Amino acid sequence: MAGYNLKEVMSKPERLTPGHRMCAGCGGTIAVRAVLRALHEGDYAVIGNATGCLEVSSFMYPYTAWTDSYVHNAFENAGATLSGVETAYKALKKRGRLPEDAQFKFITFGGDGGTYDIGFQSLSGAMERGHDMVYVCYDNGAYMNTGIQRSSATPRFADTTTTPVGKESTGKMQSRKDLAAIIADHDVPYVAQTTFTKDFKDIHLKSEKAIYTEGAAFLNVMAPCPRGWRYDTADIMKVCQLGIDTCYWPMFEVDHGKWTLTYEPKKKLPIEDFLREQGRFKHLFKPGNEHLIEQFQQEVDRRWEDLLYKCSR
Amino acid sequence: MAIKDRMSGNEAVAYAIKQVNPDVMPAFPITPSTEIPQLVSNYIANGEMDTEFIPVESEHSSMSATVGAESAGARSLTATSSCGLALMWEELLVAASNRLPLVLALVNRTLSGPININCDHSDSMGARDTGWIQIYAENNQEAYDNFIQAYPIAEDPRVHLPVMVCQDGFITSHAVQNILLEEDDKVKEFVGEYKPEEFLLNPGKPMAVGPYSVSNYAMEAKYNQEKAMENSGKVILEVAERFKKTFGRGFGFFEEYKTDDAEYIMLIMGSAAGTAKQAVDDLRAKGMKVGVLKLRVFRPFPADEIAKALSGCKAVAIMDRTESYNGHGGPLSSEVPAALFRNKVNIEAVSYIYGLAGRDFMVETAYEIFEELRDVVENGKKVKQHRYIGLRTREEQ
Repeated sequence: MAGYNLKEVMSKPERLTPGHRMCAGCGGTIAVRAVLRALHEGDYAVIGNATGCLEVSSFMYPYTAWTDSYVHNAFENAGATLSGVETAYKALKKRGRLPEDAQFKFITFGGDGGTYDIGFQSLSGAMERGHDMVYVCYDNGAYMNTGIQRSSATPRFADTTTTPVGKESTGKMQSRKDLAAIIADHDVPYVAQTTFTKDFKDIHLKSEKAIYTEGAAFLNVMAPCPRGWRYDTADIMKVCQLGIDTCYWPMFEVDHGKWTLTYEPKKKLPIEDFLREQGRFKHLFKPGNEHLIEQFQQEVDRRWEDLLYKCSR
Repeated sequence: MAIKDRMSGNEAVAYAIKQVNPDVMPAFPITPSTEIPQLVSNYIANGEMDTEFIPVESEHSSMSATVGAESAGARSLTATSSCGLALMWEELLVAASNRLPLVLALVNRTLSGPININCDHSDSMGARDTGWIQIYAENNQEAYDNFIQAYPIAEDPRVHLPVMVCQDGFITSHAVQNILLEEDDKVKEFVGEYKPEEFLLNPGKPMAVGPYSVSNYAMEAKYNQEKAMENSGKVILEVAERFKKTFGRGFGFFEEYKTDDAEYIMLIMGSAAGTAKQAVDDLRAKGMKVGVLKLRVFRPFPADEIAKALSGCKAVAIMDRTESYNGHGGPLSSEVPAALFRNKVNIEAVSYIYGLAGRDFMVETAYEIFEELRDVVENGKKVKQHRYIGLRTREEQ
């Protein structure tokens, strides 16, 4: 953890430039900028992107906000597309068609819809084949680009447009898929889960490790969406901190099979502290719904215990 | 000197791939094209070529990775059949609209259902409007020759479109025939080095691929894509001419077999053209003036050239090896009459559906069709359009 200097890191030139059309306070762009800051100066990159908010708002013909080479293909194939790019790099290097000193890194971004759901097979294939690339999921827990429909990353009880709360419904019925663990089970060299902390140290160090570890790497970044989660836009850092302090979104890494917790809250907060900030969980605080919060808490506790066990081995 | 050998269509295409030695090949197995990636993998394993092979987890990913690799500046290709092509359908459109000059070795097989592994043209015909150049082969030699011509067509700056090189599943892909193989260095010289103008891996010259495009711009992109398809016709003929000068075998949009004085012509694609030619020889021996127009290039569609080639005959049989389920005929029987009408060529035309899901097309059937055309012209016989031939039970008339 030595050598991290917030001021220095934040002074690096932006590789995703201002002028894109993402919402103010969007967690997705914060995630992208944080990951790209971990690229070493002088290294080239090809950025991949699954269809989603980020793509349609950052590369609208004839403008692009990306200073690196960038490829968008479709919704479900960011993994496969970048695996083709990375293999092309190998082929061209081998055949002497690229300058000897040109080092390229391969990073692809997808929302949870494009990663957990429709792009899951493509991601799994790319990870299993071991391409030297990083797949970054900016997880905002729903299909935000099409208007807040549930995904398999959506937490239980969330009010989305396809799991609306109503007389007969308390929101989404299922718990979220634990994608970081699933990708770790692909036995890839590096997997990490992170989000935004005040010093951006955790996400920076994990991004750097992911980018500069040889082989396939996966980063799962909780990237709150003020529209979908319905919190006050300015409160994004507070929401993230509550996510990790309630252990809803634990921060950990799996480095060559070794699980390590990278943040342990001094005091584990009750889950309602995280839920209370967000309009999508408003119904849970109606009298008579206490048992729903209790169920949510049990699920968080069970997963937290499981993670502690994995990290203790 | 060309080398005489015996090969199946799959072996011939794999051999051509080895000679071209492209940069990247992602592929996924599916009958009857599986042999192509298998043979390529073997060539790589034995050090006979050094293409980077990606054993992807689906055909959607094979075309996605091919799109990624080609965008990155690598000469790329994949191979597939049938449902594999259907699964990559979305990506076919992405490849063409991104103007990527990649190549797909297609081994034609019917689409489900019922699930069946044998030949018809429903897979490539289903993708006929995806913006790909489509070239069809009658036999293994043509599959080989067409593959060698594919990159020079695709990569021409006037074109920049993907090319589908099609051969008939099993009939061509698995049957072993004599073949003339060209020498390695001559093939490499003919195909040339790939030097893309813009690509992702160009250090210091970043590029962005696959934009969101609003209505103010998107229609022009589509117009330019259509213009490229129109341009490709000229390039296909130029490349064919160069191929003839280099290797001695000539190609056009189609082959005209004994059509000069023909009164009755069968318009057909793929391996069944061989059967049709046999029928022509047999009927000519009996004094009947018949011929075959074997369509090689279906996209771009050579409408005016076809109309001109048919303008001297009395009747044409339009042979579709796929159904369009539109109630009035297959793709050729929609496009050929349109070409005739536009060019004011007023001849009799009868549409036939044959050979679906591997049903044999027999010489005797071709005789019957030619005789039926004569009956239509000489005796005014009324025939049903969109006729099915070779059914187990007689079609209701």
